[in-house]
Amino acid sequence: MQGLLPDNVATLLIDGSYLLVAFLFIMGLKAMSSPVTARRGIVVAGVGMLIGTLMSFLYPGMGNFPLMLVAIAIGGGLAWWSGKRVAMTDMPQMIALYNGMGGGAAAAIAAVELFRMVSAQPESVATHGPIVTALAAAGAFIGAVSFSGSLIAFGKLQGLIKRSYRFKGQQVVNLLIVAATLAVGASLVVAGHSTMQTVVLFFALALLLGVTMTLPIGGADMPVVISLYNAFTGLAVAFEGFVLENAAMIIAGIVVGSAGTLLTQLMAKAMNRSLGNVLFSGFGDTGVVATGDVKGALKPIEPSDAGVMMAFAQKVIVIPGYGMAVAQAQHKVWELCQLLIDKGVMVRFAIHPVAGRMPGHMNVLLAEAGVPYDLIADLDEINAEFETADVALVIGANDVVNPVARTDKSSPIYGMPILNADKAKNVLVIKRGQGAGFSGIENHLFYLDNTRMVYGDAQKVAAELIHAIKAAG
Amino acid sequence: MEGVIALYIFMLAAFTGYEVIARVPVILHTPLMSGSNFVHGIVLVGAMVALGSADTLLGQVIGFIGVVLGAGNAVGGYVVTERMLEMFRSSGEKRKQKEAS
Repeated sequence: MQGLLPDNVATLLIDGSYLLVAFLFIMGLKAMSSPVTARRGIVVAGVGMLIGTLMSFLYPGMGNFPLMLVAIAIGGGLAWWSGKRVAMTDMPQMIALYNGMGGGAAAAIAAVELFRMVSAQPESVATHGPIVTALAAAGAFIGAVSFSGSLIAFGKLQGLIKRSYRFKGQQVVNLLIVAATLAVGASLVVAGHSTMQTVVLFFALALLLGVTMTLPIGGADMPVVISLYNAFTGLAVAFEGFVLENAAMIIAGIVVGSAGTLLTQLMAKAMNRSLGNVLFSGFGDTGVVATGDVKGALKPIEPSDAGVMMAFAQKVIVIPGYGMAVAQAQHKVWELCQLLIDKGVMVRFAIHPVAGRMPGHMNVLLAEAGVPYDLIADLDEINAEFETADVALVIGANDVVNPVARTDKSSPIYGMPILNADKAKNVLVIKRGQGAGFSGIENHLFYLDNTRMVYGDAQKVAAELIHAIKAAG
Repeated sequence: MEGVIALYIFMLAAFTGYEVIARVPVILHTPLMSGSNFVHGIVLVGAMVALGSADTLLGQVIGFIGVVLGAGNAVGGYVVTERMLEMFRSSGEKRKQKEAS
């Protein structure tokens, strides 16, 4: 087949453009690691992607262009449409979905290469050496696991898969599947050629592994798993890049693979869980939770009184939790805070690393409501400030402010870093009802002498607080 | 590609990825994960080559699926990352925006 340009010119252009693509990707990621330049970062990386895609049409000997354009239009169009519409609260599962697609694409590239071994005559098989075949197979394995695993993660967070499936000896089964997949893969590499059935079996096993690995993992741990699959996909892309001798894929894939691994570790650390812990044991498997003795009583307060308390405070620290996002209260809460700021009250937002569905998710939700990022502080920055705060306002957060994490060794959340809301002079808790939190652990903060409970829907309570503060003067 | 050179690329890229995000603040974890998700959307390029050089029906079908998935990864990753990062503004920028409107 004839390419669009003379071969040597095309190759030169493509190689040059891929160098530029790699440079733009790295610059983009670098910019994305600071809130000031983050926006520019994604645009820079986007330009790189556009250049890479356009130049790839010039590859010598390529055909099937109409098919290619249709495929890009379908995939890109659907992703554009869904990406524009998805609510900020549903972001984690959308990322999982797009990541799964990347893993699937890497697996598809590998499939084309491996099936080529099937069709080739035994004497002309030498198109691939054993190293290239091994890389293709490794990429296929990782990519397929990332594909089916990400889809399960999407299904779980989207609420399509309601429960976690666990059975005795699950890990043994997983290990057996890994061993079987590796054995089939090794046979492909050693034989150098293959049958249709072997390749299909190889992919089926890898896809099955992604499913059985992900199904037992609980919703709270899912972000760590999504991040891990993100790193997996990066690695799979890099391996297929070696097979296709495509420098842009190799560099981008490896960079994402290592950055993703680091990010996974950071997330697991923020959640006080190790990666092994997340993958091999479900949260809540510890049996019945000992609630311990709680001293004191829950003391309710009317929103009007709570509003006055905040209006005359000097410093208010807001602790938002996922409950606030569920009630869609972030806009009202920010309106409330603006009112306080206009009155001269100092307002800060304290974000626990696991507030929201994944680390950093709450920041996105607050940013959507219009909260400037310099009012938002993370755990290390803000914890010393609680002692000087007049009011700590807890909205829809629970376990992340539970002081038993510091004191009670028998508690499942013992050792998790918490926000020291109990150190504030007054604590206001907006909560829907009297039930225990996500993990079912009784929260001792709610029973302290300086804590008052405001019951009701977060959005409604925030509106009432606004009203009360306006009335106060 | 020469095997040893491939290993060099592998090692240097791995260090780069690690260093580039080593000091990222927690507030950017979600957008950064989404951003790195976008970056491996470059797999689209490989899928295009796989489809472009496919000469059997099976190869074309798998290549087609690969390009659909790769394009979804690249475009979807870009759209959601851009939407998230666009919302990050400091107080100063907010004030400027208010005055402008």
